[in-house]
Amino acid sequence: MAVNTAGKTSIKVKENLGYKVFLVVNFFIMLFVVVVTLYPFLYLVSQSFTSEQAIIRGESGIIPKGFNIDTYKYVLKGEFLHYYKNTVVYTLIGTVLSLIFSSLLAYPMAKSEFKLNKVLTPFIIFTMYFGGTLISNYILVVGLHLKNTVPAFILPMMISTYYVILMKSFFQSIPKDLEEAGEIDGLSKFGVFMRIALPLSKPIMATMTLFYSVMYWNNWYQAFLYLNKKQWPVAYYLQTIIRGVGAKEGDGDATSVSANIKSCAMVLTVLPIICVYPIIQKYYVQGMMLGGVKE
Amino acid sequence: MSANIQNRNSGSKQNSFVKHISRYWQLYLMIIIPVAYYLVFRYAPMFGNIIAFRKYHAGGSIFGDRFVGVKYFKQFIGDKTFWRAFRNTLILNIGYLVVRFPLTLIFALLINEIRNLHWKKFVQTVSYLPHFISVVIMCGMIKELVSTSGPINNMIAKLGGDKISFIAEAKWFPTIFISSGVWQSIGWGTILYLAAMSNINPSLYEAAAVDGAGHFKRVWHVTIPSILPTITTLLILDIGGLVGSGAAFEKVYLLYNPMIYETADIVSTYVFRMGIGGGNFSYATAVGLFEGLINLTLLTIANVASKKLTDSGLW
Repeated sequence: MAVNTAGKTSIKVKENLGYKVFLVVNFFIMLFVVVVTLYPFLYLVSQSFTSEQAIIRGESGIIPKGFNIDTYKYVLKGEFLHYYKNTVVYTLIGTVLSLIFSSLLAYPMAKSEFKLNKVLTPFIIFTMYFGGTLISNYILVVGLHLKNTVPAFILPMMISTYYVILMKSFFQSIPKDLEEAGEIDGLSKFGVFMRIALPLSKPIMATMTLFYSVMYWNNWYQAFLYLNKKQWPVAYYLQTIIRGVGAKEGDGDATSVSANIKSCAMVLTVLPIICVYPIIQKYYVQGMMLGGVKE
Repeated sequence: MSANIQNRNSGSKQNSFVKHISRYWQLYLMIIIPVAYYLVFRYAPMFGNIIAFRKYHAGGSIFGDRFVGVKYFKQFIGDKTFWRAFRNTLILNIGYLVVRFPLTLIFALLINEIRNLHWKKFVQTVSYLPHFISVVIMCGMIKELVSTSGPINNMIAKLGGDKISFIAEAKWFPTIFISSGVWQSIGWGTILYLAAMSNINPSLYEAAAVDGAGHFKRVWHVTIPSILPTITTLLILDIGGLVGSGAAFEKVYLLYNPMIYETADIVSTYVFRMGIGGGNFSYATAVGLFEGLINLTLLTIANVASKKLTDSGLW
């Protein structure tokens, strides 16, 4: 018995030592991940403050050489600002429309007593797994005469089925008694949605606001297909200066843009996202969990 | 008598239908615009795929002019460029899955072991960041980092090696594609695992500790078995998506160039060049539709497998 106990303690001490070593190693692994994740961002920031001469000499690193803010002054004076404004407008309009129509769809889908769901749910979900090809989507937008209009940028992605499913899961988690109490107090179905369900849905609405606005903010593809130069969002403008060519492939007027200007434009474009996403982290992690593996 | 009962039955059915409508008409009203949206922007293009079997001319009906059968399918089956794109799609997807999947799982297990909660939250927050970054910016970063005057080549030069033009050499494309994908997705991918781990009943760990299991044994005997359903489901669904190239379109399109088509051209970029670039709309749709159907079949098989093994699936 005594031997046994002694044996156990000695094992425990050994394992504790192993565990302590592991914790230290784990700390360094995590540090490595953090550095690798942040390095590209810090590199961009550094380049955006590096002087033109140092860039030409090919001197770049994590610490800016010849620190200056001339690049920012230059970029903020130029056409960049015009495209940035476009993006802000598209993101605001798009996100509002997306939130309205996604919640209008998700709420009835969350009601088990709403009989249409037997048809509606498969009708919506099927589009996640099969749909138009790149070509038939393009032909549709052109066929609707939306080319060179802002709706061509917003409409094709306005309702995301995956996000609708996340919202639906959240609405399902709202206690039924609260909604029933509302109906007893004389609220209509729509009244319950507006006065009871939505006020209780701040976490999912915050999450959806983030997800949808990031989607519009980052999109270049619809702009690339459908918008003219004046209408470009900043993401597509960035793509043209990163490529260092004119509007589309083979347009001819190839101009190379120096790395400090590219970096500065990229930093200014990711900045709002970096500032916003950590704030509501708690909510979107919850939201993702509600959706489970259904992506 | 029996007719009478039937009548009464159908009468009450009708009644309950009227009741249902009068109770729920506002919900019907709510979904009208979204449903119309799905009909126009999701189902119309789905039926628009019909031009894979029909001749289409620009500006004509979005469903094509006249039926030509499987002409375009026969064409691409004999097309070497298509098969190269198909092969590249498979190679990139499989390579990405094989690298990303275990790394994400290991990363989640390691995060779960962090004891300092502030540090843990910081690591998680930082690791989510790349998920929110646009493809344009990520590809811009990649180009800066791997350029001949970028930090990676500077390091190679310092170590005495020759500089490599990563972006122009076909053999480097899979590496760039996979490593940037892991960089962007690894943090976000841990969310579901960490959620599953936080749902594990602490008494299981206590019981294991009483039985004399150390930290590592507890991870092996409690944590892993508890999240096994999540692992299985995610893995099966990833396997179901191996043929799809739609998600990778933007990244490949922004990174590739004709010099590296050999390893970089995937089905969706090929469809794009053929269709929107080259005006062969029906041909490109046939290719896209072929891929979409294989994808749907694989997903269906994966879903059935997932349901059998873990009781949870996509639908």
